[in-house]
Amino acid sequence: MHIFANYSMVYAALGGLHVIDMAVQLFFFIVLLLLVKKFAWGPVMNMMQKREEYVAGEIEAAENSRAEAEKASKEALEQLKQTKQEAQKIIEDAKNAGVRQEQDIIEAARSEAARIQEAAQADIQNEKEKALQALQDKVASLSVLIASKVIEKEISAQDQEKLINDYIKEVGEEL
Amino acid sequence: MDHGAPIIENVFGISWLSVNLSNVLMIAVTSIIVFVLCVLGARHLQMKPTGVQNVMEWILDFIKGIINDTMDWKTGKIFLPLALTLFTYILVGNLLGVITNGVFHGEIWWKSPTADASVTLTLSAMVIILTHFYGIKLRGGKEYVKDYFRPVPFLAPIKLIEEFANTLTLGLRLFGNLFAGEVLLALLVGLTASGVLGFIGGAIPFLAWQGFSVFIGGIQAFIFTMLAMVYMSHKVSEEH
Repeated sequence: MHIFANYSMVYAALGGLHVIDMAVQLFFFIVLLLLVKKFAWGPVMNMMQKREEYVAGEIEAAENSRAEAEKASKEALEQLKQTKQEAQKIIEDAKNAGVRQEQDIIEAARSEAARIQEAAQADIQNEKEKALQALQDKVASLSVLIASKVIEKEISAQDQEKLINDYIKEVGEEL
Repeated sequence: MDHGAPIIENVFGISWLSVNLSNVLMIAVTSIIVFVLCVLGARHLQMKPTGVQNVMEWILDFIKGIINDTMDWKTGKIFLPLALTLFTYILVGNLLGVITNGVFHGEIWWKSPTADASVTLTLSAMVIILTHFYGIKLRGGKEYVKDYFRPVPFLAPIKLIEEFANTLTLGLRLFGNLFAGEVLLALLVGLTASGVLGFIGGAIPFLAWQGFSVFIGGIQAFIFTMLAMVYMSHKVSEEH
Protein backbone atom coordinates (compact mmCIF):
# COMPACT_ATOMS: atom_id res chain seq x y z
CA MET A 1 0.00 0.00 0.00
CA HIS A 2 2.77 2.37 0.89
CA ILE A 3 4.38 1.81 -2.42
CA PHE A 4 1.25 2.72 -4.34
CA ALA A 5 0.83 5.74 -2.17
CA ASN A 6 4.34 6.82 -2.98
CA TYR A 7 3.66 6.66 -6.68
CA SER A 8 1.10 9.37 -6.30
CA MET A 9 3.75 11.45 -4.59
CA VAL A 10 5.92 10.95 -7.63
CA TYR A 11 3.31 12.44 -9.92
CA ALA A 12 2.70 15.29 -7.56
CA ALA A 13 6.38 16.09 -7.30
CA LEU A 14 6.94 15.92 -11.05
CA GLY A 15 4.38 18.65 -11.43
CA GLY A 16 5.01 21.14 -14.16
CA LEU A 17 7.57 23.86 -14.77
CA HIS A 18 7.20 26.61 -12.24
CA VAL A 19 8.16 29.95 -13.68
CA ILE A 20 9.00 31.56 -10.37
CA ASP A 21 11.21 28.59 -9.44
CA MET A 22 13.09 29.07 -12.64
CA ALA A 23 13.51 32.77 -12.07
CA VAL A 24 14.64 32.17 -8.50
CA GLN A 25 17.08 29.48 -9.63
CA LEU A 26 18.55 31.76 -12.29
CA PHE A 27 18.82 34.68 -9.89
CA PHE A 28 20.40 32.61 -7.13
CA PHE A 29 22.81 30.94 -9.50
CA ILE A 30 24.05 34.23 -10.96
CA VAL A 31 24.39 35.80 -7.53
CA LEU A 32 26.17 32.70 -6.25
CA LEU A 33 28.50 32.71 -9.24
CA LEU A 34 29.45 36.34 -8.71
CA LEU A 35 29.87 35.93 -4.97
CA VAL A 36 32.02 32.79 -5.01
CA LYS A 37 34.05 34.23 -7.85
CA LYS A 38 34.76 37.34 -5.83
CA PHE A 39 35.17 35.84 -2.37
CA ALA A 40 36.35 32.26 -2.88
CA TRP A 41 37.68 31.19 -6.24
CA GLY A 42 39.20 34.51 -7.17
CA PRO A 43 41.57 34.58 -4.19
CA VAL A 44 42.35 30.87 -4.57
CA MET A 45 43.16 31.36 -8.24
CA ASN A 46 45.29 34.39 -7.43
CA MET A 47 47.18 32.42 -4.82
CA MET A 48 47.78 29.56 -7.25
CA GLN A 49 48.92 32.01 -9.88
CA LYS A 50 51.24 33.65 -7.38
CA ARG A 51 52.65 30.29 -6.34
CA GLU A 52 53.20 29.33 -9.97
CA GLU A 53 55.07 32.55 -10.58
CA TYR A 54 57.02 32.09 -7.37
CA VAL A 55 58.04 28.55 -8.32
CA ALA A 56 59.00 29.65 -11.81
CA GLY A 57 61.02 32.49 -10.34
CA GLU A 58 62.72 30.17 -7.90
CA ILE A 59 63.61 27.72 -10.65
CA GLU A 60 65.03 30.54 -12.71
CA ALA A 61 67.01 31.84 -9.75
CA ALA A 62 68.33 28.36 -9.02
CA GLU A 63 69.37 27.94 -12.62
CA ASN A 64 71.06 31.31 -12.60
CA SER A 65 72.94 30.60 -9.41
CA ARG A 66 73.98 27.22 -10.71
CA ALA A 67 75.34 28.80 -13.88
CA GLU A 68 77.11 31.38 -11.76
CA ALA A 69 78.63 28.70 -9.57
CA GLU A 70 79.77 26.81 -12.62
CA LYS A 71 81.37 29.93 -13.99
CA ALA A 72 83.02 30.67 -10.67
CA SER A 73 84.39 27.17 -10.37
CA LYS A 74 85.71 27.34 -13.90
CA GLU A 75 87.35 30.63 -13.10
CA ALA A 76 88.84 29.22 -9.94
CA LEU A 77 90.19 26.26 -11.86
CA GLU A 78 91.65 28.58 -14.43
CA GLN A 79 93.24 30.65 -11.71
CA LEU A 80 94.60 27.59 -9.99
CA LYS A 81 96.13 26.43 -13.22
CA GLN A 82 97.66 29.83 -13.80
CA THR A 83 98.97 29.94 -10.27
CA LYS A 84 100.50 26.52 -10.66
CA GLN A 85 102.17 27.62 -13.83
CA GLU A 86 103.48 30.70 -12.13
CA ALA A 87 104.80 28.66 -9.24
CA GLN A 88 106.50 26.32 -11.67
CA LYS A 89 108.04 29.26 -13.40
CA ILE A 90 109.28 30.74 -10.13
CA ILE A 91 110.84 27.45 -9.13
CA GLU A 92 112.42 27.16 -12.54
CA ASP A 93 113.77 30.66 -12.28
CA ALA A 94 115.11 30.01 -8.81
CA LYS A 95 116.80 26.87 -10.02
CA ASN A 96 118.37 28.67 -12.92
CA ALA A 97 119.47 31.47 -10.67
CA GLY A 98 120.95 28.95 -8.28
CA VAL A 99 122.87 27.23 -11.01
CA ARG A 100 124.11 30.51 -12.33
CA GLN A 101 125.11 31.65 -8.89
CA GLU A 102 126.85 28.36 -8.27
CA GLN A 103 128.76 28.76 -11.47
CA ASP A 104 129.58 32.31 -10.58
CA ILE A 105 130.82 31.28 -7.19
CA ILE A 106 132.90 28.46 -8.64
CA GLU A 107 134.24 30.78 -11.28
CA ALA A 108 135.08 33.37 -8.70
CA ALA A 109 136.70 30.77 -6.47
CA ARG A 110 138.65 29.42 -9.35
CA SER A 111 139.87 32.79 -10.44
CA GLU A 112 140.67 33.66 -6.83
CA ALA A 113 142.63 30.47 -6.51
CA ALA A 114 144.43 31.17 -9.72
CA ARG A 115 145.23 34.65 -8.55
CA ILE A 116 146.46 33.40 -5.22
CA GLN A 117 148.54 30.79 -6.94
CA GLU A 118 149.97 33.32 -9.26
CA ALA A 119 150.74 35.63 -6.38
CA ALA A 120 152.34 32.78 -4.54
CA GLN A 121 154.41 31.88 -7.55
CA ALA A 122 155.45 35.47 -7.98
CA ASP A 123 156.39 35.56 -4.32
CA ILE A 124 158.36 32.39 -4.68
CA GLN A 125 160.11 33.73 -7.71
CA ASN A 126 160.79 36.90 -5.86
CA GLU A 127 162.14 35.09 -2.85
CA LYS A 128 164.17 32.88 -5.07
CA GLU A 129 165.67 35.86 -6.80
CA LYS A 130 166.24 37.54 -3.50
CA ALA A 131 167.88 34.46 -2.16
CA LEU A 132 169.98 34.16 -5.27
CA GLN A 133 170.95 37.77 -4.93
CA ALA A 134 171.80 37.23 -1.33
CA LEU A 135 173.71 34.16 -2.22
CA GLN A 136 175.58 35.97 -4.93
CA ASP A 137 176.44 38.65 -2.43
CA LYS A 138 177.45 36.00 -0.01
CA VAL A 139 179.40 34.18 -2.71
CA ALA A 140 181.27 37.38 -3.40
CA SER A 141 182.31 37.66 0.17
CA LEU A 142 182.93 33.94 0.32
CA SER A 143 184.99 34.06 -2.80
CA VAL A 144 187.00 36.78 -1.19
CA LEU A 145 187.40 34.47 1.74
CA ILE A 146 188.27 31.57 -0.50
CA ALA A 147 190.55 33.75 -2.46
CA SER A 148 192.29 34.84 0.63
CA LYS A 149 192.67 31.20 1.51
CA VAL A 150 193.71 30.17 -1.94
CA ILE A 151 196.18 33.00 -2.17
CA GLU A 152 198.47 30.98 -0.06
CA LYS A 153 198.28 28.47 -2.81
CA GLU A 154 198.78 29.45 -6.36
CA ILE A 155 195.56 30.04 -8.09
CA SER A 156 194.77 31.43 -11.38
CA ALA A 157 191.99 33.85 -12.15
CA GLN A 158 190.47 31.25 -14.37
CA ASP A 159 190.40 28.72 -11.63
CA GLN A 160 188.84 31.23 -9.35
CA GLU A 161 186.10 32.09 -11.85
CA LYS A 162 185.36 28.47 -12.41
CA LEU A 163 185.25 27.85 -8.76
CA ILE A 164 182.69 30.61 -8.22
CA ASN A 165 180.49 29.50 -11.02
CA ASP A 166 180.52 25.98 -9.89
CA TYR A 167 179.61 27.10 -6.49
CA ILE A 168 176.76 29.23 -7.66
CA LYS A 169 175.45 26.47 -9.83
CA GLU A 170 175.55 24.17 -6.92
CA VAL A 171 173.65 26.62 -4.78
CA GLY A 172 171.10 27.30 -7.54
CA GLU A 173 170.36 23.61 -7.88
CA GLU A 174 169.89 23.32 -4.20
CA LEU A 175 167.34 26.12 -4.12
CA MET B 1 2.61 8.83 3.16
CA ASP B 2 1.14 10.74 0.28
CA HIS B 3 3.49 13.68 0.05
CA GLY B 4 2.53 16.62 -2.02
CA ALA B 5 4.66 19.56 -2.89
CA PRO B 6 4.12 23.07 -1.50
CA ILE B 7 3.01 24.45 -4.84
CA ILE B 8 1.15 27.70 -5.09
CA GLU B 9 -0.70 28.18 -8.34
CA ASN B 10 -1.83 31.42 -9.89
CA VAL B 11 0.50 33.74 -8.03
CA PHE B 12 -0.84 37.30 -8.09
CA GLY B 13 -3.79 35.93 -10.01
CA ILE B 14 -1.68 35.26 -13.10
CA SER B 15 -2.63 31.86 -14.46
CA TRP B 16 0.79 30.72 -15.73
CA LEU B 17 2.69 31.92 -12.68
CA SER B 18 3.29 29.17 -10.14
CA VAL B 19 5.88 28.46 -7.52
CA ASN B 20 7.11 25.39 -5.68
CA LEU B 21 8.14 26.84 -2.34
CA SER B 22 10.26 23.81 -1.52
CA ASN B 23 12.35 24.52 -4.60
CA VAL B 24 12.82 28.14 -3.57
CA LEU B 25 13.86 27.02 -0.10
CA MET B 26 16.29 24.40 -1.36
CA ILE B 27 17.80 26.68 -3.99
CA ALA B 28 18.51 29.23 -1.30
CA VAL B 29 19.84 26.60 1.12
CA THR B 30 22.10 25.05 -1.51
CA SER B 31 23.41 28.43 -2.62
CA ILE B 32 24.13 29.47 0.94
CA ILE B 33 25.88 26.18 1.73
CA VAL B 34 28.02 26.43 -1.39
CA PHE B 35 28.86 30.04 -0.66
CA VAL B 36 29.73 29.40 2.98
CA LEU B 37 31.84 26.33 2.17
CA CYS B 38 33.72 28.13 -0.58
CA VAL B 39 34.37 31.21 1.54
CA LEU B 40 35.46 29.09 4.49
CA GLY B 41 37.76 27.17 2.17
CA ALA B 42 39.26 30.34 0.78
CA ARG B 43 40.20 31.82 4.16
CA HIS B 44 43.82 31.99 5.30
CA LEU B 45 45.27 31.37 1.87
CA GLN B 46 48.96 30.64 2.03
CA MET B 47 51.80 29.99 -0.37
CA LYS B 48 52.21 26.57 1.19
CA PRO B 49 48.68 25.17 1.07
CA THR B 50 47.34 23.28 4.07
CA GLY B 51 44.10 21.55 4.92
CA VAL B 52 41.06 23.10 3.31
CA GLN B 53 43.11 25.07 0.85
CA ASN B 54 44.35 21.81 -0.63
CA VAL B 55 40.77 20.69 -1.19
CA MET B 56 39.88 24.00 -2.83
CA GLU B 57 42.89 23.82 -5.10
CA TRP B 58 42.15 20.21 -5.91
CA ILE B 59 38.60 21.13 -6.98
CA LEU B 60 39.95 24.05 -9.00
CA ASP B 61 42.50 21.83 -10.73
CA PHE B 62 39.81 19.24 -11.37
CA ILE B 63 37.56 21.77 -13.10
CA LYS B 64 40.56 23.17 -14.91
CA GLY B 65 41.20 19.65 -16.19
CA ILE B 66 37.62 19.40 -17.47
CA ILE B 67 37.97 22.68 -19.35
CA ASN B 68 41.37 21.71 -20.69
CA ASP B 69 39.91 18.45 -22.00
CA THR B 70 37.33 20.25 -24.09
CA MET B 71 39.02 23.42 -25.31
CA ASP B 72 42.32 25.18 -25.11
CA TRP B 73 43.02 27.05 -21.94
CA LYS B 74 43.32 30.47 -23.55
CA THR B 75 39.65 30.60 -24.50
CA GLY B 76 38.57 28.28 -21.72
CA LYS B 77 39.79 30.20 -18.71
CA ILE B 78 36.90 32.68 -18.73
CA PHE B 79 34.53 29.74 -18.13
CA LEU B 80 36.38 28.56 -15.04
CA PRO B 81 34.14 30.40 -12.54
CA LEU B 82 31.01 29.21 -14.36
CA ALA B 83 32.16 25.58 -14.41
CA LEU B 84 33.27 25.77 -10.77
CA THR B 85 29.95 27.19 -9.63
CA LEU B 86 27.99 24.68 -11.72
CA PHE B 87 29.97 21.78 -10.31
CA THR B 88 29.86 22.81 -6.67
CA TYR B 89 26.23 23.89 -6.79
CA ILE B 90 25.01 20.70 -8.44
CA LEU B 91 27.20 18.50 -6.24
CA VAL B 92 25.96 20.08 -3.03
CA GLY B 93 22.38 20.08 -4.34
CA ASN B 94 22.59 16.39 -5.25
CA LEU B 95 24.06 15.39 -1.92
CA LEU B 96 21.52 17.38 0.10
CA GLY B 97 18.72 15.15 -1.15
CA VAL B 98 20.67 11.99 -0.51
CA ILE B 99 21.44 12.87 3.08
CA THR B 100 17.92 13.83 4.11
CA ASN B 101 14.47 14.28 2.76
CA GLY B 102 12.25 16.43 4.90
CA VAL B 103 8.49 16.20 5.00
CA PHE B 104 6.46 18.87 6.76
CA HIS B 105 2.66 18.82 7.06
CA GLY B 106 2.46 16.16 4.40
CA GLU B 107 4.36 18.28 1.93
CA ILE B 108 7.90 17.50 0.90
CA TRP B 109 10.03 20.55 1.67
CA TRP B 110 13.56 19.30 2.01
CA LYS B 111 14.96 17.53 -1.04
CA SER B 112 17.51 18.00 -3.76
CA PRO B 113 16.86 21.17 -5.73
CA THR B 114 18.30 19.29 -8.68
CA ALA B 115 15.53 16.66 -8.41
CA ASP B 116 13.19 19.16 -9.99
CA ALA B 117 12.81 19.68 -13.71
CA SER B 118 12.28 23.45 -13.35
CA VAL B 119 15.64 23.86 -11.68
CA THR B 120 17.70 21.58 -13.92
CA LEU B 121 16.13 22.90 -17.11
CA THR B 122 16.85 26.43 -15.94
CA LEU B 123 20.48 25.52 -15.46
CA SER B 124 20.75 23.74 -18.79
CA ALA B 125 18.96 26.51 -20.66
CA MET B 126 21.25 29.04 -19.04
CA VAL B 127 24.29 27.04 -20.13
CA ILE B 128 23.03 26.68 -23.71
CA ILE B 129 22.15 30.36 -23.95
CA LEU B 130 25.60 31.22 -22.64
CA THR B 131 27.20 29.01 -25.31
CA HIS B 132 25.35 31.00 -27.98
CA PHE B 133 26.32 34.26 -26.32
CA TYR B 134 30.00 33.40 -26.09
CA GLY B 135 29.96 31.81 -29.54
CA ILE B 136 28.89 35.14 -31.01
CA LYS B 137 31.09 37.18 -28.70
CA LEU B 138 34.33 35.27 -29.24
CA ARG B 139 34.03 34.34 -32.90
CA GLY B 140 31.70 36.94 -34.38
CA GLY B 141 28.15 36.60 -35.71
CA LYS B 142 29.24 35.53 -39.18
CA GLU B 143 31.23 32.56 -37.98
CA TYR B 144 28.45 31.68 -35.55
CA VAL B 145 25.82 31.52 -38.29
CA LYS B 146 28.19 29.76 -40.67
CA ASP B 147 28.70 27.05 -38.11
CA TYR B 148 25.12 25.87 -38.66
CA PHE B 149 25.97 25.04 -42.26
CA ARG B 150 29.08 23.03 -41.50
CA PRO B 151 30.23 20.55 -42.55
CA VAL B 152 27.35 20.29 -45.07
CA PRO B 153 24.47 22.77 -45.44
CA PHE B 154 21.61 20.29 -45.41
CA LEU B 155 22.41 19.39 -41.79
CA ALA B 156 21.34 22.88 -40.69
CA PRO B 157 17.81 21.87 -39.52
CA ILE B 158 19.27 19.00 -37.51
CA LYS B 159 21.80 21.36 -35.98
CA LEU B 160 19.01 23.71 -35.04
CA ILE B 161 17.08 20.91 -33.41
CA GLU B 162 20.27 19.78 -31.67
CA GLU B 163 20.40 23.01 -29.71
CA PHE B 164 16.98 22.34 -28.18
CA ALA B 165 17.75 18.66 -27.74
CA ASN B 166 20.94 19.57 -25.90
CA THR B 167 19.03 21.82 -23.55
CA LEU B 168 16.49 19.14 -22.80
CA THR B 169 18.92 16.25 -22.42
CA LEU B 170 21.35 18.24 -20.30
CA GLY B 171 18.62 19.29 -17.88
CA LEU B 172 16.51 16.15 -17.89
CA ARG B 173 19.50 13.81 -17.42
CA LEU B 174 20.33 15.47 -14.15
CA PHE B 175 16.71 15.72 -13.10
CA GLY B 176 15.97 12.10 -14.03
CA ASN B 177 18.92 10.67 -12.17
CA LEU B 178 18.30 12.65 -9.03
CA PHE B 179 14.55 12.29 -9.08
CA ALA B 180 14.73 8.54 -9.60
CA GLY B 181 17.24 8.29 -6.78
CA GLU B 182 14.97 10.19 -4.43
CA VAL B 183 11.88 8.20 -5.44
CA LEU B 184 13.68 4.96 -4.75
CA LEU B 185 14.97 6.32 -1.45
CA ALA B 186 11.44 7.38 -0.50
CA LEU B 187 10.08 3.94 -1.39
CA LEU B 188 12.78 2.23 0.62
CA VAL B 189 12.13 4.53 3.57
CA GLY B 190 8.47 3.57 3.36
CA LEU B 191 9.35 -0.11 3.22
CA THR B 192 11.85 0.11 6.08
CA ALA B 193 9.41 1.98 8.29
CA SER B 194 6.48 -0.33 7.52
CA GLY B 195 7.30 -3.08 10.03
CA VAL B 196 9.83 -5.58 11.30
CA LEU B 197 9.84 -7.60 8.11
CA GLY B 198 10.00 -4.45 6.05
CA PHE B 199 12.93 -3.20 8.09
CA ILE B 200 14.82 -6.46 7.64
CA GLY B 201 14.17 -6.43 3.91
CA GLY B 202 14.63 -2.72 3.37
CA ALA B 203 17.51 -1.60 5.58
CA ILE B 204 20.35 -3.06 3.56
CA PRO B 205 19.07 -2.00 0.12
CA PHE B 206 18.41 1.41 1.61
CA LEU B 207 21.99 1.76 2.77
CA ALA B 208 23.32 0.46 -0.54
CA TRP B 209 21.12 2.80 -2.55
CA GLN B 210 22.08 5.76 -0.41
CA GLY B 211 25.76 5.01 -1.04
CA PHE B 212 25.04 4.63 -4.71
CA SER B 213 23.14 7.94 -4.72
CA VAL B 214 26.16 9.72 -3.35
CA PHE B 215 28.13 8.24 -6.21
CA ILE B 216 25.46 9.24 -8.73
CA GLY B 217 25.35 12.75 -7.28
CA GLY B 218 29.08 13.17 -7.86
CA ILE B 219 28.99 11.62 -11.29
CA GLN B 220 26.03 13.71 -12.44
CA ALA B 221 27.65 16.93 -11.22
CA PHE B 222 30.75 15.97 -13.18
CA ILE B 223 28.75 15.02 -16.29
CA PHE B 224 26.72 18.22 -16.22
CA THR B 225 29.84 20.38 -15.94
CA MET B 226 31.68 18.34 -18.55
CA LEU B 227 28.82 18.53 -21.07
CA ALA B 228 28.33 22.24 -20.42
CA MET B 229 31.98 22.77 -21.31
CA VAL B 230 31.71 20.47 -24.34
CA TYR B 231 28.76 22.45 -25.70
CA MET B 232 30.63 25.63 -24.93
CA SER B 233 33.69 24.43 -26.82
CA HIS B 234 31.52 23.53 -29.84
CA LYS B 235 30.50 27.16 -30.03
CA VAL B 236 33.73 28.94 -29.17
CA SER B 237 36.40 26.71 -30.73
CA GLU B 238 37.50 27.22 -34.29
CA GLU B 239 37.47 23.59 -35.38
CA HIS B 240 35.42 20.68 -34.13
